Amino acid sequence: MLPGSLPEALDTLASDGAAIPIAGGTDLLVHWPVHVEAHERTYVDLSRLDPLKPLRWTADALMLGGLTTYWDVIRDERARDELPLLVDAARQVGAIQIQARGTWAGNIVNASPAADGVPVLMAYDAVVVLESRRGREEVPLDRFYSGYKEMQRRPDQLVVGIRVPRRRYSYQVFEKVGARRAQAIAKVGLAITRSGAGWRVVAASVAPTIRRCPAVERLLETGTPIGSPAALLPAIAQDVAPIDDIRSSAQYRTHVMARVLYHDLRDFWGRRA
Amino acid sequence: MTTLTVTFTLNGKPVSLAVDPSARLLDTLRYQLGLTGTKEGCGEGECGACTVYLDGLPVNSCLIPTYQVRGQRVETIESLESLGQDALEPFERCGATQCGACTPGVVMTAWWIREHPELLGTHSIRELMAGNLCRCTGYDGIVDSVAEALRETASGRRET
Repeated sequence: MLPGSLPEALDTLASDGAAIPIAGGTDLLVHWPVHVEAHERTYVDLSRLDPLKPLRWTADALMLGGLTTYWDVIRDERARDELPLLVDAARQVGAIQIQARGTWAGNIVNASPAADGVPVLMAYDAVVVLESRRGREEVPLDRFYSGYKEMQRRPDQLVVGIRVPRRRYSYQVFEKVGARRAQAIAKVGLAITRSGAGWRVVAASVAPTIRRCPAVERLLETGTPIGSPAALLPAIAQDVAPIDDIRSSAQYRTHVMARVLYHDLRDFWGRRA
Repeated sequence: MTTLTVTFTLNGKPVSLAVDPSARLLDTLRYQLGLTGTKEGCGEGECGACTVYLDGLPVNSCLIPTYQVRGQRVETIESLESLGQDALEPFERCGATQCGACTPGVVMTAWWIREHPELLGTHSIRELMAGNLCRCTGYDGIVDSVAEALRETASGRRET
Protein backbone atom coordinates (compact mmCIF):
# COMPACT_ATOMS: atom_id res chain seq x y z
CA MET A 1 0.00 0.00 0.00
CA LEU A 2 1.38 3.35 -1.04
CA PRO A 3 -0.93 5.90 0.62
CA GLY A 4 -0.54 9.53 -0.37
CA SER A 5 -2.15 10.97 2.74
CA LEU A 6 -2.52 10.26 6.45
CA PRO A 7 -6.30 9.53 6.28
CA GLU A 8 -5.61 7.01 3.52
CA ALA A 9 -2.94 5.30 5.64
CA LEU A 10 -5.22 5.23 8.69
CA ASP A 11 -8.02 3.71 6.57
CA THR A 12 -5.74 0.84 5.60
CA LEU A 13 -4.63 0.27 9.18
CA ALA A 14 -8.27 0.27 10.30
CA SER A 15 -9.33 -2.28 7.70
CA ASP A 16 -6.32 -4.62 7.90
CA GLY A 17 -5.33 -5.36 11.49
CA ALA A 18 -2.17 -7.19 10.40
CA ALA A 19 -0.81 -4.39 8.19
CA ILE A 20 2.65 -3.11 9.10
CA PRO A 21 3.51 0.58 8.76
CA ILE A 22 6.95 1.11 7.19
CA ALA A 23 8.90 4.39 7.45
CA GLY A 24 12.71 4.42 7.18
CA GLY A 25 12.87 0.62 6.93
CA THR A 26 16.09 0.36 8.95
CA ASP A 27 14.61 -2.35 11.19
CA LEU A 28 12.11 -4.01 8.85
CA LEU A 29 14.52 -4.46 5.92
CA VAL A 30 17.12 -6.28 8.01
CA HIS A 31 15.19 -9.53 7.69
CA TRP A 32 13.42 -8.66 4.45
CA PRO A 33 12.24 -11.68 2.46
CA VAL A 34 13.62 -11.57 -1.09
CA HIS A 35 10.41 -12.84 -2.67
CA VAL A 36 7.14 -11.01 -2.42
CA GLU A 37 5.31 -14.31 -1.86
CA ALA A 38 7.22 -14.69 1.41
CA HIS A 39 5.80 -11.44 2.74
CA GLU A 40 2.85 -12.55 4.78
CA ARG A 41 1.47 -9.15 5.57
CA THR A 42 0.69 -5.87 3.87
CA TYR A 43 3.08 -2.97 4.38
CA VAL A 44 1.72 0.55 4.57
CA ASP A 45 4.40 2.86 3.21
CA LEU A 46 4.51 6.09 5.20
CA SER A 47 7.35 7.68 3.24
CA ARG A 48 5.12 10.08 1.29
CA LEU A 49 3.23 11.46 4.27
CA ASP A 50 5.15 14.73 4.13
CA PRO A 51 3.28 16.54 6.94
CA LEU A 52 4.73 13.96 9.37
CA LYS A 53 8.34 14.80 8.45
CA PRO A 54 9.33 18.11 10.05
CA LEU A 55 10.09 18.74 13.69
CA ARG A 56 8.50 21.84 15.22
CA TRP A 57 9.30 23.98 18.24
CA THR A 58 6.35 25.37 20.16
CA ALA A 59 6.40 27.61 23.24
CA ASP A 60 6.57 24.65 25.60
CA ALA A 61 7.59 21.60 23.57
CA LEU A 62 9.63 20.12 20.76
CA MET A 63 7.23 18.22 18.50
CA LEU A 64 8.90 15.43 16.55
CA GLY A 65 6.84 14.28 13.58
CA GLY A 66 6.02 10.64 12.97
CA LEU A 67 8.67 10.62 10.23
CA THR A 68 11.30 12.88 11.81
CA THR A 69 14.69 11.18 11.46
CA TYR A 70 17.73 11.10 13.73
CA TRP A 71 19.60 13.24 11.21
CA ASP A 72 16.84 15.90 11.33
CA VAL A 73 17.47 16.25 15.07
CA ILE A 74 21.27 16.08 14.77
CA ARG A 75 21.16 19.04 12.36
CA ASP A 76 18.83 21.11 14.57
CA GLU A 77 20.88 23.69 16.44
CA ARG A 78 18.18 24.32 19.01
CA ALA A 79 17.99 20.63 19.86
CA ARG A 80 21.75 20.65 20.45
CA ASP A 81 21.34 23.51 22.92
CA GLU A 82 18.11 22.62 24.67
CA LEU A 83 17.71 18.85 24.47
CA PRO A 84 21.28 17.69 23.89
CA LEU A 85 20.64 14.07 24.89
CA LEU A 86 18.46 13.66 21.79
CA VAL A 87 21.46 14.63 19.68
CA ASP A 88 23.90 12.51 21.74
CA ALA A 89 21.72 9.42 21.34
CA ALA A 90 20.95 10.06 17.64
CA ARG A 91 24.66 10.28 16.88
CA GLN A 92 25.14 6.83 18.38
CA VAL A 93 22.44 5.15 16.27
CA GLY A 94 24.39 3.35 13.53
CA ALA A 95 26.01 6.06 11.42
CA ILE A 96 24.86 8.61 8.82
CA GLN A 97 23.33 5.96 6.54
CA ILE A 98 21.00 4.83 9.35
CA GLN A 99 20.56 8.28 10.91
CA ALA A 100 19.31 9.64 7.56
CA ARG A 101 16.54 7.02 7.37
CA GLY A 102 15.72 5.87 10.90
CA THR A 103 12.85 7.66 12.64
CA TRP A 104 12.21 8.38 16.33
CA ALA A 105 8.69 7.00 16.03
CA GLY A 106 10.07 3.84 14.45
CA ASN A 107 12.50 3.47 17.34
CA ILE A 108 9.55 3.66 19.76
CA VAL A 109 7.32 1.10 18.01
CA ASN A 110 10.14 -1.29 17.15
CA ALA A 111 10.25 -1.55 20.95
CA SER A 112 13.76 -2.93 21.20
CA PRO A 113 14.95 -3.15 24.82
CA ALA A 114 18.29 -1.88 23.47
CA ALA A 115 16.94 1.18 21.63
CA ASP A 116 19.04 4.37 21.76
CA GLY A 117 16.35 6.93 20.99
CA VAL A 118 13.75 5.72 23.49
CA PRO A 119 15.80 6.15 26.71
CA VAL A 120 16.57 9.81 26.08
CA LEU A 121 12.98 10.56 25.06
CA MET A 122 11.78 8.85 28.24
CA ALA A 123 14.26 10.78 30.40
CA TYR A 124 12.77 13.98 28.91
CA ASP A 125 9.19 12.84 29.77
CA ALA A 126 8.19 12.52 26.11
CA VAL A 127 4.57 11.80 25.18
CA VAL A 128 3.62 9.53 22.26
CA VAL A 129 0.86 10.96 20.04
CA LEU A 130 -1.20 8.23 18.34
CA GLU A 131 -3.82 8.71 15.67
CA SER A 132 -6.46 6.44 14.17
CA ARG A 133 -9.81 6.81 12.43
CA ARG A 134 -11.26 6.93 15.93
CA GLY A 135 -9.25 9.99 16.90
CA ARG A 136 -6.13 11.08 18.71
CA GLU A 137 -4.64 9.65 21.88
CA GLU A 138 -1.62 10.61 23.94
CA VAL A 139 0.39 8.19 26.06
CA PRO A 140 3.39 9.15 28.20
CA LEU A 141 6.35 7.15 26.92
CA ASP A 142 7.17 5.83 30.40
CA ARG A 143 3.77 4.12 30.40
CA PHE A 144 3.82 3.03 26.75
CA TYR A 145 5.42 -0.40 27.16
CA SER A 146 3.77 -3.25 29.01
CA GLY A 147 6.19 -6.10 28.22
CA TYR A 148 8.71 -7.32 25.67
CA LYS A 149 7.60 -5.76 22.36
CA GLU A 150 4.20 -5.08 23.93
CA MET A 151 2.89 -1.54 23.89
CA GLN A 152 -0.11 0.75 24.18
CA ARG A 153 -0.61 0.99 20.43
CA ARG A 154 -3.58 -0.63 18.76
CA PRO A 155 -2.97 -2.01 15.25
CA ASP A 156 -5.14 0.75 13.77
CA GLN A 157 -3.08 3.49 15.40
CA LEU A 158 -0.11 5.30 13.95
CA VAL A 159 2.49 7.27 15.91
CA VAL A 160 2.05 10.69 14.30
CA GLY A 161 4.19 12.66 16.70
CA ILE A 162 6.26 12.74 19.86
CA ARG A 163 5.98 15.69 22.23
CA VAL A 164 9.07 16.53 24.24
CA PRO A 165 8.44 19.17 26.92
CA ARG A 166 10.88 22.08 27.09
CA ARG A 167 12.34 22.34 30.57
CA ARG A 168 15.45 23.62 32.26
CA TYR A 169 17.73 20.72 33.16
CA SER A 170 20.35 21.00 35.87
CA TYR A 171 21.79 17.59 35.01
CA GLN A 172 21.58 15.41 31.91
CA VAL A 173 23.67 12.59 30.49
CA PHE A 174 23.30 9.69 28.04
CA GLU A 175 25.63 6.73 28.37
CA LYS A 176 25.85 3.85 25.93
CA VAL A 177 28.12 0.93 26.67
CA GLY A 178 28.68 -1.17 23.55
CA ALA A 179 31.31 -3.33 21.89
CA ARG A 180 32.55 -0.32 19.93
CA ARG A 181 31.61 3.29 19.42
CA ALA A 182 29.77 3.12 16.10
CA GLN A 183 27.42 0.57 14.55
CA ALA A 184 26.97 -1.27 17.85
CA ILE A 185 23.88 -2.21 19.83
CA ALA A 186 23.95 -1.26 23.52
CA LYS A 187 24.97 -3.76 26.22
CA VAL A 188 23.78 -1.16 28.73
CA GLY A 189 22.25 2.24 28.09
CA LEU A 190 21.44 4.96 30.62
CA ALA A 191 19.74 8.33 30.24
CA ILE A 192 19.66 10.51 33.35
CA THR A 193 18.08 13.94 33.74
CA ARG A 194 17.24 16.29 36.59
CA SER A 195 14.74 19.13 36.26
CA GLY A 196 12.05 20.81 38.33
CA ALA A 197 10.03 17.64 37.74
CA GLY A 198 12.67 15.61 39.59
CA TRP A 199 15.20 12.94 38.65
CA ARG A 200 14.66 10.58 35.74
CA VAL A 201 16.87 7.53 35.46
CA VAL A 202 16.09 5.42 32.38
CA ALA A 203 17.85 2.14 31.61
CA ALA A 204 18.21 0.26 28.32
CA SER A 205 19.25 -3.33 27.57
CA VAL A 206 18.68 -4.46 31.17
CA ALA A 207 14.97 -5.40 31.08
CA PRO A 208 12.36 -6.57 28.55
CA THR A 209 11.61 -2.93 27.80
CA ILE A 210 13.33 0.42 28.16
CA ARG A 211 12.19 1.56 31.58
CA ARG A 212 12.54 4.14 34.30
CA CYS A 213 14.28 3.07 37.51
CA PRO A 214 12.04 4.32 40.33
CA ALA A 215 14.13 2.81 43.14
CA VAL A 216 17.29 4.52 41.89
CA GLU A 217 15.37 7.76 41.32
CA ARG A 218 14.13 7.57 44.94
CA LEU A 219 17.71 7.25 46.26
CA LEU A 220 18.54 10.49 44.46
CA GLU A 221 15.39 12.32 45.57
CA THR A 222 15.80 11.34 49.23
CA GLY A 223 19.53 11.93 49.38
CA THR A 224 20.29 8.41 50.61
CA PRO A 225 24.06 8.14 51.15
CA ILE A 226 25.68 5.80 48.62
CA GLY A 227 29.38 5.09 49.14
CA SER A 228 30.18 2.63 46.35
CA PRO A 229 28.74 1.09 43.18
CA ALA A 230 27.87 -2.02 45.22
CA ALA A 231 25.57 0.04 47.44
CA LEU A 232 23.38 0.65 44.39
CA LEU A 233 22.82 -3.04 43.67
CA PRO A 234 19.67 -3.50 45.82
CA ALA A 235 17.91 -0.60 44.08
CA ILE A 236 19.09 -1.80 40.67
CA ALA A 237 17.72 -5.28 41.44
CA GLN A 238 14.31 -3.73 42.13
CA ASP A 239 14.31 -1.72 38.92
CA VAL A 240 15.72 -3.98 36.20
CA ALA A 241 16.01 -7.65 35.19
CA PRO A 242 18.96 -8.13 32.84
CA ILE A 243 19.51 -11.35 30.92
CA ASP A 244 22.42 -13.25 29.35
CA ASP A 245 22.39 -12.94 25.56
CA ILE A 246 24.74 -12.72 22.60
CA ARG A 247 25.80 -9.21 23.49
CA SER A 248 26.52 -9.54 27.18
CA SER A 249 25.75 -11.29 30.48
CA ALA A 250 23.27 -10.33 33.17
CA GLN A 251 26.06 -10.04 35.74
CA TYR A 252 28.18 -7.77 33.54
CA ARG A 253 25.20 -5.58 32.74
CA THR A 254 24.27 -5.16 36.41
CA HIS A 255 27.82 -4.26 37.40
CA VAL A 256 28.32 -1.84 34.53
CA MET A 257 25.02 -0.16 35.32
CA ALA A 258 26.02 0.24 38.99
CA ARG A 259 29.45 1.62 38.15
CA VAL A 260 28.21 4.04 35.51
CA LEU A 261 25.43 5.30 37.79
CA TYR A 262 27.82 5.65 40.71
CA HIS A 263 30.51 7.52 38.81
CA ASP A 264 28.21 9.75 36.76
CA LEU A 265 26.28 10.83 39.83
CA ARG A 266 29.10 10.84 42.39
CA ASP A 267 28.40 14.49 43.23
CA PHE A 268 24.79 13.72 44.08
CA TRP A 269 24.75 10.50 46.10
CA GLY A 270 23.73 11.44 49.61
CA ARG A 271 22.67 14.98 48.71
CA ARG A 272 19.01 15.67 49.28
CA ALA A 273 17.21 17.03 46.24
CA MET B 1 2.91 -11.30 -10.16
CA THR B 2 1.97 -7.75 -9.20
CA THR B 3 4.55 -5.13 -9.96
CA LEU B 4 4.77 -1.47 -9.09
CA THR B 5 5.81 1.23 -11.52
CA VAL B 6 8.36 3.49 -9.89
CA THR B 7 9.58 6.77 -11.36
CA PHE B 8 12.59 8.57 -9.93
CA THR B 9 15.69 10.52 -10.90
CA LEU B 10 18.78 8.37 -11.24
CA ASN B 11 22.15 10.08 -11.62
CA GLY B 12 20.41 13.15 -12.99
CA LYS B 13 18.17 11.35 -15.50
CA PRO B 14 14.53 10.35 -15.09
CA VAL B 15 13.86 6.59 -15.00
CA SER B 16 10.60 4.70 -14.81
CA LEU B 17 10.43 0.95 -14.35
CA ALA B 18 8.27 -1.87 -13.07
CA VAL B 19 9.61 -3.45 -9.89
CA ASP B 20 8.66 -6.30 -7.61
CA PRO B 21 7.09 -4.81 -4.44
CA SER B 22 9.71 -6.62 -2.36
CA ALA B 23 12.66 -5.36 -4.44
CA ARG B 24 15.36 -3.51 -2.55
CA LEU B 25 16.89 -0.42 -4.18
CA LEU B 26 20.24 -2.26 -4.20
CA ASP B 27 18.82 -5.10 -6.34
CA THR B 28 16.98 -2.76 -8.67
CA LEU B 29 20.16 -0.78 -9.29
CA ARG B 30 22.36 -3.82 -9.84
CA TYR B 31 20.11 -6.31 -11.59
CA GLN B 32 17.45 -4.24 -13.35
CA LEU B 33 19.45 -1.14 -14.20
CA GLY B 34 22.87 -2.77 -14.57
CA LEU B 35 24.61 -0.30 -12.25
CA THR B 36 26.90 -2.81 -10.56
CA GLY B 37 29.21 -0.25 -8.98
CA THR B 38 27.05 -0.36 -5.86
CA LYS B 39 28.07 -3.48 -3.90
CA GLU B 40 26.20 -5.73 -1.50
CA GLY B 41 28.22 -6.46 1.62
CA CYS B 42 26.24 -7.50 4.68
CA GLY B 43 22.73 -6.86 3.32
CA GLU B 44 21.58 -5.67 6.75
CA GLY B 45 22.65 -2.06 7.03
CA GLU B 46 25.91 -2.54 8.90
CA CYS B 47 28.73 -2.27 6.37
CA GLY B 48 27.86 0.61 4.05
CA ALA B 49 29.18 -1.07 0.86
CA CYS B 50 25.82 -0.33 -0.80
CA THR B 51 25.84 3.40 0.05
CA VAL B 52 24.05 5.66 -2.44
CA TYR B 53 22.65 9.19 -2.05
CA LEU B 54 18.92 9.60 -1.63
CA ASP B 55 17.91 13.24 -1.99
CA GLY B 56 21.51 14.09 -1.23
CA LEU B 57 22.07 12.03 1.92
CA PRO B 58 24.08 8.79 2.14
CA VAL B 59 21.82 5.79 2.78
CA ASN B 60 22.15 2.00 2.67
CA SER B 61 20.43 0.85 -0.53
CA CYS B 62 20.01 -2.64 0.97
CA LEU B 63 17.55 -1.21 3.50
CA ILE B 64 15.25 0.64 1.11
CA PRO B 65 12.33 -0.90 -0.74
CA THR B 66 12.58 0.47 -4.27
CA TYR B 67 9.05 1.86 -4.15
CA GLN B 68 10.16 4.29 -1.43
CA VAL B 69 12.36 6.28 -3.86
CA ARG B 70 9.48 7.24 -6.15
CA GLY B 71 9.78 10.91 -7.00
CA GLN B 72 13.17 11.21 -5.32
CA ARG B 73 16.76 11.72 -6.42
CA VAL B 74 19.06 8.69 -6.33
CA GLU B 75 22.77 8.97 -7.07
CA THR B 76 25.13 6.03 -7.28
CA ILE B 77 28.91 5.65 -7.49
CA GLU B 78 28.53 5.80 -11.28
CA SER B 79 27.46 9.45 -10.91
CA LEU B 80 30.99 10.25 -9.73
CA GLU B 81 32.53 8.86 -12.92
CA SER B 82 32.51 12.27 -14.57
CA LEU B 83 34.83 13.58 -11.87
CA GLY B 84 37.62 11.59 -13.46
CA GLN B 85 40.55 9.72 -12.03
CA ASP B 86 41.97 12.84 -10.44
CA ALA B 87 39.24 12.96 -7.81
CA LEU B 88 40.39 9.64 -6.37
CA GLU B 89 44.06 10.53 -6.34
CA PRO B 90 44.17 11.22 -2.56
CA PHE B 91 42.67 7.76 -2.05
CA GLU B 92 45.51 6.13 -3.94
CA ARG B 93 48.18 8.25 -2.34
CA CYS B 94 46.98 7.53 1.22
CA GLY B 95 46.41 3.80 0.74
CA ALA B 96 42.66 4.14 1.32
CA THR B 97 41.80 1.11 -0.73
CA GLN B 98 43.02 -2.47 -0.74
CA CYS B 99 40.65 -5.30 -1.68
CA GLY B 100 38.07 -2.84 -2.99
CA ALA B 101 34.87 -4.41 -1.66
CA CYS B 102 34.05 -1.43 0.54
CA THR B 103 35.50 1.18 -1.81
CA PRO B 104 32.39 2.33 -3.75
CA GLY B 105 30.53 2.92 -0.49
CA VAL B 106 33.55 4.54 1.15
CA VAL B 107 34.00 6.87 -1.82
CA MET B 108 30.31 7.85 -1.71
CA THR B 109 30.48 8.85 1.95
CA ALA B 110 33.90 10.47 1.54
CA TRP B 111 32.64 12.56 -1.39
CA TRP B 112 29.58 13.61 0.58
CA ILE B 113 31.84 14.88 3.37
CA ARG B 114 34.00 16.70 0.85
CA GLU B 115 30.88 18.40 -0.52
CA HIS B 116 29.70 19.34 2.99
CA PRO B 117 32.77 20.56 4.88
CA GLU B 118 30.45 22.44 7.25
CA LEU B 119 29.67 19.10 8.89
CA LEU B 120 33.18 19.09 10.33
CA GLY B 121 32.07 21.88 12.67
CA THR B 122 30.19 19.27 14.70
CA HIS B 123 31.53 15.91 13.48
CA SER B 124 34.91 14.27 12.98
CA ILE B 125 35.73 12.55 9.68
CA ARG B 126 35.92 9.30 11.63
CA GLU B 127 32.36 9.68 12.98
CA LEU B 128 30.98 10.55 9.54
CA MET B 129 32.76 7.55 8.00
CA ALA B 130 31.64 5.15 10.78
CA GLY B 131 28.93 3.59 8.62
CA ASN B 132 31.46 2.23 6.12
CA LEU B 133 33.27 -0.81 7.40
CA CYS B 134 36.63 -1.76 5.88
CA ARG B 135 38.44 -4.94 6.87
CA CYS B 136 41.72 -4.15 5.08
CA THR B 137 42.99 -0.65 5.66
CA GLY B 138 42.56 -0.17 9.40
CA TYR B 139 40.79 3.09 8.46
CA ASP B 140 43.74 5.47 8.86
CA GLY B 141 44.29 5.58 5.09
CA ILE B 142 40.62 6.35 4.50
CA VAL B 143 40.47 9.09 7.12
CA ASP B 144 43.76 10.60 5.89
CA SER B 145 42.58 10.66 2.28
CA VAL B 146 39.37 12.48 3.19
CA ALA B 147 41.36 14.97 5.26
CA GLU B 148 43.79 15.53 2.37
CA ALA B 149 41.00 15.95 -0.18
CA LEU B 150 39.38 18.56 2.07
CA ARG B 151 42.69 20.36 2.59
CA GLU B 152 43.41 20.45 -1.11
CA THR B 153 39.92 21.71 -1.90
CA ALA B 154 40.24 24.43 0.71
CA SER B 155 43.62 25.56 -0.61
CA GLY B 156 42.29 25.59 -4.18
CA ARG B 157 44.68 22.94 -5.42
CA ARG B 158 41.88 20.72 -6.60
CA GLU B 159 39.03 22.04 -8.65
CA THR B 160 36.70 19.06 -9.14
